Amino acid sequence: MPIEIIMPQLSPTMEAGTLARWLVKEGDDVASGDILAEIETDKATMEVEAVDEGRVGRILVAEGTDNVPVNRAIALLLEDGEDASALEGIGDETPAPAAGSPAAEPSPGAKRAAPEDGADDSRVRASPLARSMARQTGLELVTLTGSGPRGRIVKRDIEAALASGAAPATAHAPHPVAATPEPRPPVAGFVEVRVSNMRRVIAERLQEAKRTIPHFYLTVDCELDRLLAMRKDLNDRGEDYKLSVNDFVIRALALALGKTPDANAQWAGDTIRRFATVDISVAVAVEGGLVTPIVRHADAKGLATISREMKDLAARAREGKLAPEEYRGGGFSLSNLGMYGVRQFDAVINPPQAGILAVGAGEQRPVVKDGALHVATVMSCTLSCDHRVIDGAIGARLLTAFKGYIEDPLAMLL
Amino acid sequence: MAGKSFDVVVVGGGPGGYVAAIRAAQLGLETAVVERERLGGVCLNWGCIPTKTLLRSAEVLHLMKHAADFGLKADNVGFDAGKVVERSREVADRLSKGVGHLMKKNKVAVFDGEGRLAGKGKLVVARDGEDVGELSARHIVLATGARPRELPEIAPDGEIVWTYREAMTPDAIPGSILVVGAGAIGIEFASFYREMGSDVTVVEVVERILPAEDKEIADLARKAFEKRGIRIMTGARVKAMRVSRSNAKVDVGDSEDRIRTVEVDKVILAAGITGNVESLGLENTGVETDRGHVAVDEWLETGEPGVHAIGDLVGPPWLAHKASHEGVICVEKIAGLRHVEPLETLNIPGCTYCNPQVASVGLSEDAAREAGRDIKVGRFPFIGNGKAIAMGDDRGLIKTVFDAGTGELLGAHMVGAEVTELIQGFTIAKELETTEAELIRAIFPHPTLSETMHEAVLDAYGRALHI
Repeated sequence: MPIEIIMPQLSPTMEAGTLARWLVKEGDDVASGDILAEIETDKATMEVEAVDEGRVGRILVAEGTDNVPVNRAIALLLEDGEDASALEGIGDETPAPAAGSPAAEPSPGAKRAAPEDGADDSRVRASPLARSMARQTGLELVTLTGSGPRGRIVKRDIEAALASGAAPATAHAPHPVAATPEPRPPVAGFVEVRVSNMRRVIAERLQEAKRTIPHFYLTVDCELDRLLAMRKDLNDRGEDYKLSVNDFVIRALALALGKTPDANAQWAGDTIRRFATVDISVAVAVEGGLVTPIVRHADAKGLATISREMKDLAARAREGKLAPEEYRGGGFSLSNLGMYGVRQFDAVINPPQAGILAVGAGEQRPVVKDGALHVATVMSCTLSCDHRVIDGAIGARLLTAFKGYIEDPLAMLL
Repeated sequence: MAGKSFDVVVVGGGPGGYVAAIRAAQLGLETAVVERERLGGVCLNWGCIPTKTLLRSAEVLHLMKHAADFGLKADNVGFDAGKVVERSREVADRLSKGVGHLMKKNKVAVFDGEGRLAGKGKLVVARDGEDVGELSARHIVLATGARPRELPEIAPDGEIVWTYREAMTPDAIPGSILVVGAGAIGIEFASFYREMGSDVTVVEVVERILPAEDKEIADLARKAFEKRGIRIMTGARVKAMRVSRSNAKVDVGDSEDRIRTVEVDKVILAAGITGNVESLGLENTGVETDRGHVAVDEWLETGEPGVHAIGDLVGPPWLAHKASHEGVICVEKIAGLRHVEPLETLNIPGCTYCNPQVASVGLSEDAAREAGRDIKVGRFPFIGNGKAIAMGDDRGLIKTVFDAGTGELLGAHMVGAEVTELIQGFTIAKELETTEAELIRAIFPHPTLSETMHEAVLDAYGRALHI
């Protein structure tokens, strides 16, 4: 009996992922521990390892296929002594993961499956009518939120989504976007680009944030000269670290949060959750979006440790190789656009967190001190707060503490 | 009673009001009901329940008359009109007492009298025209129901010209009756009195009977009634009426104004109903009325904060189960429950307990077409159903209407034996938003009348098996 290789669940909330790449082909012998394929979720790329040894008998899901549900068979492994005849009839019942995906064609198993099925939504709670309407209009149920009992997607949710223009323009053509592997040729002056899982998550989360979180913003200017001098001093010691301004910012924010526990919290519906640890999500720009790997216990880590961790996390984030626990959770976020020369900006809170600090560039500005004009290196930082959790005064205390560490960096070393 | 204060006071103890009160009490609200007459309202005392009791007598009589068809002997078949009415009153009494027990069990205070708004959060209770007390309530739910709509040409007198009330408690079965109105109430009385031997004529201003039903179904029902000897005049209107001590001479004009005079022992007025909006103290409040009904939003709130209205009082369909459902929605909203859904009108089933019965839910075929829907229609007659034939009643048809694109069940319409019990299957299907696929997969037990429902679904997709 051939062994089924299934779509792994990379995190508790993962429902489907993209089969990014096969590293084996049909007929290859594999040993336990061999990497078979790469799976892409909204934020990370993970490898699927072989648990058993055998020969790849049949690949059921072609690479590049989106929305392959967790636990679906993606390939069949022949055990020792089995030949291709053992594959007869197996996998034929497995529905095609993504209809019309041309890459899925070579897979004989997928060929006979119901062609009108789109992205697998069998795990989505939806009424039969809602499913039927989604199929008709090309809407993907996985992108909708249900308003029926226990979150069931019902007719009115589909109607609302259609009214808001969520469906592809061409009704009765299921998943025209997914069916197009390359961007369409420019017609009518635009190109339609497929929305990646990451893009979709960013869109949903930030839309949710702006819709549900009452944001307010506090900005301070921090003088950086002492911090820059200390950084130079530390970096010039020839140790195996090279501290960035951002490493200092992470530590300063962590210490400030430690001093302002009211701000190290999040809105949890009926309660406010106050965190016992300071875990900072740091926004890292990656191809096609951004990821927020977490520096955990950042208040308890030294600058060198933070620096090393951050370099590693950022590098792996760019490669899409973060493990889910490395970017899920986190109590507070940090976004630094200083390296792009941005002077100041307001960041959108990353739900369910209650705050994010937006850090601009350190630049020489005129400052007035004791009635005289001076030149100082100044960095503008803006805190976005969820007013349900953080009141103005608490936000101001946090920001004042942060500014204190930045301007008196020796205090950060205590 | 003075100064007693409640979270919710419901005015009217009918199927809307008493159900609202029970639900409010379940949700922990201090609740009272003010009822001027009998708990259970018209439905239980003078409507749904007693008529069903009368119709059951008529049905048994019908079977006895046809005993020979079943190989049975029943000689000297007859009835005692007094006993028939007595049974109907007993059943109504028993259920009304049951509502009283439910009020006690749920600790709902019941006040005897008429309720009248008297300023914000205040309700005066009056008995025999005198104020006997005042209640205060955070929320007042008006559920005073409705009464027969009177026509200028026809003034009920309780003797020759009846409303449902007298029609339900006859001393004797009249020799001839004219029923004005071919809606559910008129048709049920016509069906009952015909079975009891009266000569029955029905006059309806619209061109068809049961105007709320699918036309094909209503036409089939009409044929069945006419076969039973009921005379039906549609597109006709009562022009004048002369009432004497013993009978009424009624001039009925057809669509071309040709007058025909019908002489009958009794006239039953069943030409719709109008809400009991009077003497509720609505003057000088934000409560608005429109053609005899209180205007409310989807959560049954009136224009006056803290004043709600439900049931027949707020408009059609005038059905007890609609009133009850509105009562539940209304108090759940008052209690601040999350996930309360407004009433979906297209999911309210309607039943008429004539012979043969008529039942439906959702859009009729014509209404679906008028709404611009591309539809598939299925039909299956009871002549193809084993149970119906075994029962000796294979009249009628079940009809389904689906959206051709999505498979949404838009409506289901039935005429035939026991269809009032069958319609609930399609009501659940609609509420769950099932499509034809699930209904086709569902297994219907054999032999039952419900198999006709399955076949009517199959037929819409060209797959009916037993025809």
